[in-house]
Amino acid sequence: MSSSAAAHPAHENQLSFVRQYIFSLDHKVIGKQYLFLGMFMALAGGLLAYLLRWQLAWPESAVPGMSWIPEPTMFQGIIPPEFYNAIVTMHGTIMVFFVAMPILLGAFGNFLVPLMVGAPDMAFPRLNMMSFWTIFTAAMIMLASFFVPGGAASAGWTGYPPLSADAVYTGVNWGITLWILGLALEFASFLMGGINFLTTVVSMRAPGLKMMRLPLMVWMQIVAAVIFMLSVGPLIAGAVLLLLDRTVGTSFYAVQKGGDPLLWQHLFWFFGHPEVYVVLLPGIGAVLEVLPVFSRKPIFGYKAIVYSTIAAGFLSFIVWAHHMFVSGMDFDLVMPFSITTILISVPFTIILLAMIATLWKGAIRLATPMLFALGTLMVFIVGGLTGIFLGSASADIYLHDTYFVVAHFHYTLISAVFFGGFTAMYYWFPKMFGRLMNETWGKIHFALTLVCFNLVFIPLFKAGLGGEMRRLYNPFEYDFLKPHQGLHQFATIAAILLMIAQLPFLVNFFWSMFKGKVADRNPWQANTLEWAAPSPPPHGNFDTAPSVYHGPYVYSAPERKEDWQPQHQPH
Amino acid sequence: MSTVAATENYSDNVMPIGKMGIWWFLASEIMVFGGLIGSYILYRLASAGAWAEMAHHVSTTIGAINTVVLLTSSLTMVLAHAAVEDENRQRAKLYLGLTVLGGILFLIFKAVEYTTEISHGFTPLAGTFWSFYFTMTGLHGLHVIGGIIANLALFVMAARGTLWPNTQKRVEYCGLYWHFVDVVWIFLFPLLYLSY
Repeated sequence: MSSSAAAHPAHENQLSFVRQYIFSLDHKVIGKQYLFLGMFMALAGGLLAYLLRWQLAWPESAVPGMSWIPEPTMFQGIIPPEFYNAIVTMHGTIMVFFVAMPILLGAFGNFLVPLMVGAPDMAFPRLNMMSFWTIFTAAMIMLASFFVPGGAASAGWTGYPPLSADAVYTGVNWGITLWILGLALEFASFLMGGINFLTTVVSMRAPGLKMMRLPLMVWMQIVAAVIFMLSVGPLIAGAVLLLLDRTVGTSFYAVQKGGDPLLWQHLFWFFGHPEVYVVLLPGIGAVLEVLPVFSRKPIFGYKAIVYSTIAAGFLSFIVWAHHMFVSGMDFDLVMPFSITTILISVPFTIILLAMIATLWKGAIRLATPMLFALGTLMVFIVGGLTGIFLGSASADIYLHDTYFVVAHFHYTLISAVFFGGFTAMYYWFPKMFGRLMNETWGKIHFALTLVCFNLVFIPLFKAGLGGEMRRLYNPFEYDFLKPHQGLHQFATIAAILLMIAQLPFLVNFFWSMFKGKVADRNPWQANTLEWAAPSPPPHGNFDTAPSVYHGPYVYSAPERKEDWQPQHQPH
Repeated sequence: MSTVAATENYSDNVMPIGKMGIWWFLASEIMVFGGLIGSYILYRLASAGAWAEMAHHVSTTIGAINTVVLLTSSLTMVLAHAAVEDENRQRAKLYLGLTVLGGILFLIFKAVEYTTEISHGFTPLAGTFWSFYFTMTGLHGLHVIGGIIANLALFVMAARGTLWPNTQKRVEYCGLYWHFVDVVWIFLFPLLYLSY
């Protein structure tokens, strides 16, 4: 085995700059490349969020600081309706596919999976490099699509035909074709990545590391990889059909010529719903790693969490039509999909209860990673509870496509991506860069983020319950929505504050990378294998290949002097 | 928690990483073709009459010949695998070459078929059945081309003798892929050619 992994040169100082930092085969460098790509794309997605929030609060007024964007995209800072459609479409696309996935799976998956299973690298290092450069190309295509005639895709991030199938409806031709192309490359990239993760975990674990001794982050990453791999295929097929409809003129989705636009919705959500869990699980995984370390207790119900995750992964494939209750699909499908959707809250409730039970009577240390982990838990519970409303068809028919939905999925996705991502960032930063991040600024960042985030999205629940549909260019053209303007202005001011609140993080991140306190191997006194490697680990990871003697969460064992027991230490 | 000493290396108990990678790849491919075939079946069930009429115009004869050609090339692929395992360079060359030829023959028949159909006006725009027909066989054809290229590379390696001693496993992996392409055709043939 591992002919490719063992073939790695240990003499990395002989590698040129390009081979070491750009076309690197080292999973840790590739992970950081994903991280920086994700952070860069987050700036793009955040800028779009700023534009659309401004339009919703003070419609058709000049957006401060944006008068430099040339016509016909914007007019002296005023957003025209066509560009507003492109903004909401690209905000969703970029945040889900080019921020959430690169950071949670690409960056932390790549960095952590080989370290946590005690392997010297990924199973296929060259494939790993290729998957990064594929998503890099995809991201550049997405950004480039803003500059082609007609502008970027504007059919919504879900790309429903007929809007996406024919330029007559949106005035956007090249933008949507590039959007499909970019997504296809993104899918290919994460398929390659998923194959790598799964093969690495199945075949390259350290001696003694049984599946039931794997850290939960690894479980979450591989379940996410399986879910992605088995759900994205039908959407790739669907995207081929959409591309043919657009370019060749076939009629797979065109009703007037014998097609059916509902097919796209089924194929999209057959992927789209599992995709939520693809993004969510790694965020949950980071929280599950952090909770035992900072409460000095074994995780509560390890096996229950693993089985619940697998059950949730399975269930995620049979809930997709809850996105389509008002689409005109067969009514007989409504009740089964309502039931499965409510059912999927059971495994997640088990996981959340296990998290809370882990905290119970622990010696809790409120360091920044722990704060973000608790924040994830809190925000995700709100997201999960509001999901139950939307899963019940009777309530969903009223709430469908309103700001209630927008608030709901931001509570679930931001809990995973933002709070979960920052949990992972603050926790593994010492391993990634060999230095600790500043605690005080971390805590300030956490407090501001938590408060501002809730201030942005709680008003949107109210707007949605008041019947306000999303994706309206200027909602206040409707009399019954005029009273909502105050809510939107409040949310916009909070959103701007939320963005400003990320400055402490950015400064802290780059300052600590070069000037932070030097970290030793195991600054948090944690058990999992990545802390047995030097900080930062060299090419090839471990000084000596580790063997594993017990599970990852042996904390505060009564017979031991220290309150932790690393997985690679016999006793 | 049990603290049994770690003695066995878990990596030795499972299949080689290359093989596992190919299996995961095929799993994702199954979902791509599965999505396409599932969509086709649902559309077909929804408009049975009109599609059956269109399906009358495909050439079952050429489809059947192509099925035989592709199945035979799967056989030669297996024989090539056996020859490579035996380190028999001549036979490995022969059977890899035959497999490549089988793939090319398949494409030639397919090209003849496409030409006839298009010249009779059955283009991809002639109806949703034809759109599906060209999309599905086209995507399958691209996979055949990929397989031909991979097998051709193996053939060159066998001819030069560079397949041994380190890379002969690739023949097995390529064989898995080639059988998968074959299996997809086994689904496409009845769905497109036999179900009018």
